[in-house]
Amino acid sequence: MSLRWKIILIVVVTALAAWAVYPPAKKIQLGLDLQGGVQLVLRVNTGDALKLETQTDMEQLRQSLASKAIKVTDLTLTGGTSFQVTGVPPAQDSQFRQVADDLSATFDRVPDINGNYTFTMKPNIVKNLREQTVEQARQTIERRVNELGVTEPSIALQGSAGDQIMVQLPGVTDVARAKEVIQSTGMLELSLVDGGPASSRKQLLQATNGVVPEEDQVVPGLADTSQPAAGAAATVYYLVKKVPVITGRDLRDARPTLDENAQPAVSFTLSGEGSQKFGTATGQNIGRNLAIILDGRVQSAPRIDGRITGDGRITGSFTQEEAQNLALVLKSGALPASLTYLEEQTIGPSLGADSIRDGILASLVGFAFVVVFMLGYYHLAGINAIVALVLNLLILLGFMAYIGATMTLPGIAGFVLTMGMGVDSNVLIFERIKEEIDAQHGVRASLNAGFNRVFWTLLDTHVASLISAAFLFQFGTGPIRGFATTLTFGLLANLFTATFVSRTMFEAMLSGRRQVATLSI
Amino acid sequence: MHIFKNPQFDFVRWRWHALVLSWIVILAGLFTIWTRGIPLGVEFSGGTVVIAQFDAAPPSIGQVRAALDRIHAGMGDQAVVQRYGTPALREIMIRVPQVGPSRADAPAMTAGAAPAAPPVVKAGTPAAPAATGLSTTADDVQRALVQANLGRFSVVGTQIVGPIVGRQLTRKGTLAMVLSLIGLLLYIAFRFRFSFAVGAVIATIHDLLVTFAFLAFFHVDLSLNVIAAILTMSGYSTNDTIVIFDRVREDARLLRNLPVKDVMNRAVNQTLNRTVITAGTALLSVIALYLFGGDVLRGFAFTMIVGIITGTYSSVFIAGTIVTFWRGRGAQPRVQAAAAGGAAVAPSVRASRSKPQRKVRAS
Repeated sequence: MSLRWKIILIVVVTALAAWAVYPPAKKIQLGLDLQGGVQLVLRVNTGDALKLETQTDMEQLRQSLASKAIKVTDLTLTGGTSFQVTGVPPAQDSQFRQVADDLSATFDRVPDINGNYTFTMKPNIVKNLREQTVEQARQTIERRVNELGVTEPSIALQGSAGDQIMVQLPGVTDVARAKEVIQSTGMLELSLVDGGPASSRKQLLQATNGVVPEEDQVVPGLADTSQPAAGAAATVYYLVKKVPVITGRDLRDARPTLDENAQPAVSFTLSGEGSQKFGTATGQNIGRNLAIILDGRVQSAPRIDGRITGDGRITGSFTQEEAQNLALVLKSGALPASLTYLEEQTIGPSLGADSIRDGILASLVGFAFVVVFMLGYYHLAGINAIVALVLNLLILLGFMAYIGATMTLPGIAGFVLTMGMGVDSNVLIFERIKEEIDAQHGVRASLNAGFNRVFWTLLDTHVASLISAAFLFQFGTGPIRGFATTLTFGLLANLFTATFVSRTMFEAMLSGRRQVATLSI
Repeated sequence: MHIFKNPQFDFVRWRWHALVLSWIVILAGLFTIWTRGIPLGVEFSGGTVVIAQFDAAPPSIGQVRAALDRIHAGMGDQAVVQRYGTPALREIMIRVPQVGPSRADAPAMTAGAAPAAPPVVKAGTPAAPAATGLSTTADDVQRALVQANLGRFSVVGTQIVGPIVGRQLTRKGTLAMVLSLIGLLLYIAFRFRFSFAVGAVIATIHDLLVTFAFLAFFHVDLSLNVIAAILTMSGYSTNDTIVIFDRVREDARLLRNLPVKDVMNRAVNQTLNRTVITAGTALLSVIALYLFGGDVLRGFAFTMIVGIITGTYSSVFIAGTIVTFWRGRGAQPRVQAAAAGGAAVAPSVRASRSKPQRKVRAS
């Protein structure tokens, strides 16, 4: 490659880097520790979803058996992914098996000598369900975060078990709200009321002799909010049907609104199918109460006065913010499983700004040292080294801006380090050149020898450091990854500038002259 | 200009002294770790960190501890309280090892709007979790400061790490380090000789032990940033070692009949100028970072300072010594031409370049 093309290549690369980086305020993504914001690590409790699935299937089997008049003693859950059917009458055994075959795709069936059957969920189904749950949870969280209006959030899976989600919300200051919105399960169910409200379980079950009927369950709820003088909200109990009329999945939209007392409430719109179901149920049950159950607690249980389709409203003692949060959560859909917080980090924006300022200051001071030294020790050749270093940093920034890499505090430290290695590369080359010159090999020959020989040294050292950076990237979360990224790109850029650019500059310096006696190095 | 003009120091002569010194430092370090332990950063041990910035002059450390004790007896003793950042920022950092409800009586004292969900009776509904479980301790700390009337403040940063994440991180970190060393071993064995690889890896392990020793001596928190520094430092040390080995490889090819010790000495002396300059500039850079880089980077900078010094030291005295021992035993203590990597590859690539190369003549 002739000198002219080399120079053109260098200019083009510089221009590209400069274009990628400009304007720096917009192009360089700041990490959480610099911008301020919230980082949360959550674990999705996939066991919940598995249990729910098992339970639903078990209840379905119960209903099928009842409709075929196959009388078994009981169906009980025996674990998170298994249940047992006891007391299958021998006469109806083959009938039972026929009905139970519906579940054969999902469950393994094992009989025992007493006429009991144990159903266990198949391992690959369990695995699929777990993965599905985590992905669903991630999507739901993503929808909720988007509703919060956060710019550039990051929601990603992590962890070796594949069940952790890391949520990064840059620029968010209200941590409590963010957590509440993300974490609330948001499970909405509207079920017909069979008994209550009663102030204790015993009272509630008096009518049924202390036994919970098969198609019902007991759900706690808040006391009637029209009598707030009672002091702390007392808990009351309702007996409601297990199978709800409609659930959160039938919702098409939810909005915060005001009820007839001008109190905050949430109104919702049902989907087409949901409207139908709702219409049928309300039409058939006029005069009965319908419990609105949110996350396992009854919010209110208004009476059905007429057939309702389409819209509904949830009232309760909401503050405006609670109503807004609830609407948001309902709109984004229910979480398929509960979440556990594992880690939380909040960086106030001022802390971030201080760090940036300090980091840049330190970098500049370090750089100033280097410039002074290079010029003093290597004279004019020092200029070559400094230009190479500056270009190194520019290309590094260009890379980072181009791929949208995030700049974190350790990343700034990575800059300082790249500078160190850049200096080392140039020093290695220059010292070698000096050695050659001292051995009377002539200026041009010495230059060539220096660059050629040291190239292999640089290759070895850079590959060794790249190995280190690769493991850092694998191991680290956000900030450490930022460091590894800066280091990797810095090393690559350094190989380019220390060998190619620096050498071209020397060549350019010497190009006009035929006989060169000395070199300012 | 040269810093050293044609140096002829006998480094190899000092190898025994160097080994003794290293062992003293490492053993002292291990002893300190055993008795005092290295303070683990919150990322590894789990815990709560709250950084509060006060409008006026911040309270004394004793006052903060007393305030914490008033909320939970004994919390003040367990907590680490210190000034944070430059004095102008008036910040205090409070670190408590717990996360979430700290005692059985916690539910009654839990602040926060959402009531803890009662046990769910309804089958099939996932239990709604307590909304502020993880951050209860952080809330407690804030309440402690407010109730003790220590002045207006705002919380500018918190970090809450549950124990699970901490364990994961420790595991991953160790794994990364071990894999990194194995990768290094293989690469150097491939490019140089196996004895060189062993020397380089032992030198790196030496650096790690010395660094941990100094972290223990000065009671520096083992945070994520410090780990980044440790990994960087090992890369720097390897860098240094490889430069010397590269020179040894080149010299050995030319000076076939020289004893190992002499070749090693030559190589170190020939690269001495470069070593001093690089270590010097790197050291100046991280000292700048230590002085001006702010609190968050201070642990990082300190580790780097220790790392650069020991990295340079180990390249000369540890790595070189191992190679000398390894190759120096037996009847013929000569260094043969090093592995194909350096010699064979270079000429063919050189030939493809336009300029014909001439040999380096021994001076």
